[in-house]
Amino acid sequence: MTLDLVLDILSWALFLVGGVAVVAGAVGILRFPDFYTRVHAAGVTDTAGGELILLGMLLQAPTWLVAVKLGFIGFFLFFTSPVATHALSHAAWVSGLKPRLGPDLKYEDD
Amino acid sequence: MFSVAAVAVVTAMAVALARAFLGPTLYDRVLAGNSFGTKTVLLIGLMGFLTGRPDFLDIAILYALINFAALVAILKFFRYRTLSVSMSGQETDKPEFATDAHPDGPGGEPAPTPDPKPDPAPNEAPDRAPAAPGPKPEPAE
Repeated sequence: MTLDLVLDILSWALFLVGGVAVVAGAVGILRFPDFYTRVHAAGVTDTAGGELILLGMLLQAPTWLVAVKLGFIGFFLFFTSPVATHALSHAAWVSGLKPRLGPDLKYEDD
Repeated sequence: MFSVAAVAVVTAMAVALARAFLGPTLYDRVLAGNSFGTKTVLLIGLMGFLTGRPDFLDIAILYALINFAALVAILKFFRYRTLSVSMSGQETDKPEFATDAHPDGPGGEPAPTPDPKPDPAPNEAPDRAPAAPGPKPEPAE
C-alpha cells in the first residue's frame, strides 16, 4: 500500500513538472521572436517534458510489457528529438536563414 | 493524474498548432509540426492509460518513428525539391538551395556561390580577355 502511495506521489510530481515544461515550450514556440530561439525553446522542452511524462507513465505501468514499451518510446525520443532539432536548424542555416542578433532581437507587432 | 498531463499536452499542442499556422518561414512550420508530433506521441500514451488500454503504446511507438522520418523527408524535399536524389555524385555536391522557402525571413539570400567564370567586360580589355586565368566553365550540355 505504501509503495503505491509513493509511486503515485512520484508520478504526480513527474506529470506536473513535465506538463509545465511542455506548456512552457509551446509558449516559447509561439512567443519567441526568431526561428533559432524557437528551436531552442522547442528542442529543450520537448525532450525534457516528454521524458518526464513518459517516466511518470512508466511508474504507473500495470505490466512489464507496458513498461518495456514505454522504455522504447523514451529511448527513441531521447535520441531522435535532439537529432531532429539539429537537422532542422542545420537545414535552416544552410538555406540562408540568418538569426537575429543584437538590437534586431526584439518583438514585432505581428 | 493522467488527465492533468493530458490537458497540459493538449494545451501545448494547440499553442504549437497556432505557431504552425502563423509561422513566417517554412522552418517555423516544420518545427511546430515536429513538436506537435512529439506531443501526439505523449497524448496517445496518456489516452491509453486513461481508457485502461495501454496497448495504445504500440501506436505511440509507430507514431514516434513516423514523426522522425517525416521530418527528415520534409527537410530533404525542400532542399533538393525531390525525394529521389542520389546522395553520391557530382551533381549533388552543390545543391540548388530553396531560395523561396522563406519569403520574408531575415537575410533571405543564400550563401553566394563563386561564379566559375568572371565575365570580363569586352570593351575594356578585348585582347587579354580569352587568356584570363580562372577555372574552366562547365561544358555546355
